[in-house]
Amino acid sequence: MTVHNLYIFDRNGNCLYYNEWNRKKQAGISKEEEYKLMYGMLFSIRSFVSKMSPLDMKDGFLSFQTSKYRLHYYETPTGLKFVMNTDLSVSNARETLQHIYSNLYVEYIVKNPVCVLGNTLDSELFSSRLDAFIRALPYYSPRAA
Amino acid sequence: MVIFSVYVVNKAGGLIYQYDNYVPRAEAEKTFSYPLDLVLKHHDEKVVVSFGQRDGIRVGHAVLSINGVDVMGKNTAEGKDILEYLKDATNYPVSIRFGRARLSSNEKLMLASMFHSLFAIGSQLSPEVGSSGIEMLETDVFKLHCFQTLTGIKFIVLADPRQSGIDALLRKIYEIYSDFALKNPFYSLEMPIRCELFDQNLKSSLEVAEKAGNFGAGS
Repeated sequence: MTVHNLYIFDRNGNCLYYNEWNRKKQAGISKEEEYKLMYGMLFSIRSFVSKMSPLDMKDGFLSFQTSKYRLHYYETPTGLKFVMNTDLSVSNARETLQHIYSNLYVEYIVKNPVCVLGNTLDSELFSSRLDAFIRALPYYSPRAA
Repeated sequence: MVIFSVYVVNKAGGLIYQYDNYVPRAEAEKTFSYPLDLVLKHHDEKVVVSFGQRDGIRVGHAVLSINGVDVMGKNTAEGKDILEYLKDATNYPVSIRFGRARLSSNEKLMLASMFHSLFAIGSQLSPEVGSSGIEMLETDVFKLHCFQTLTGIKFIVLADPRQSGIDALLRKIYEIYSDFALKNPFYSLEMPIRCELFDQNLKSSLEVAEKAGNFGAGS
């Protein structure tokens, strides 16, 4: 039961924030390329889903799973994208991501007059609160190294 | 509790089989008077609603027919450009039917190849060692299940999110593929599947899965 990593992208595809807690395998490419690949994959999945969908969708793409991990996705109406990779036991992290947006991002970044929206999030307070929040999640448990 | 469609993709990412089991078509037909209060635009050889959602007509819906006559892409059945036709006040009142655009075969081919690539990227970006590609993709309206065989063939099923037993269905479709496509001496590997027995058996196994799915969810 664990959270592997978290990405936050803005509406233009820039990665604003990334942190990992339990990542076993790196992607084999540089971090910049990984962010671009992740954003590109999500953009393509969203377009794929909107074309494939047999009915009109309200929330759109929610998550996908492979044999080893599950990727949860939450997009705000302003185009901010929250992406969290967890293990397979977490079925629905949408509320977690909504909480991260409304109680952490809005409180510590949007309401912070020093933080310019659109830049990478370098607020120490945001990082530490987010880290504490993730570690406090019921489904988070630090793996033995 | 429904299975929407089945796609089979070969090793190279090309679509070799596609079957639509259930295609819900939510359409809205309304009569309009000049001027039209919806904003329409050209998109992908179709005319779609870009602004002005109301009464069952959503953004993204395409113009399906005008005055009861089906349209041909961007033009009416007579060959006139739809946007020009609707700008002319003498053509009103006009009855237009809107709905989700049906996917053409080309679009299905492109989407299957797109999924083939996304499947691989899902495996590459994995934070865990030894991950497969995307096996299940969930949205609020449908769930897409994918089973990749050892030979690289992908069986993709789009179903209702509450439908159960899709894993067994995917294995069953693989069995039907090996029985009626692979064992068919006239079938070439990686080519589009045109075997009647494959179609028939696939349809009956989908019916069985839909009925069984109801029992599974009810208990």
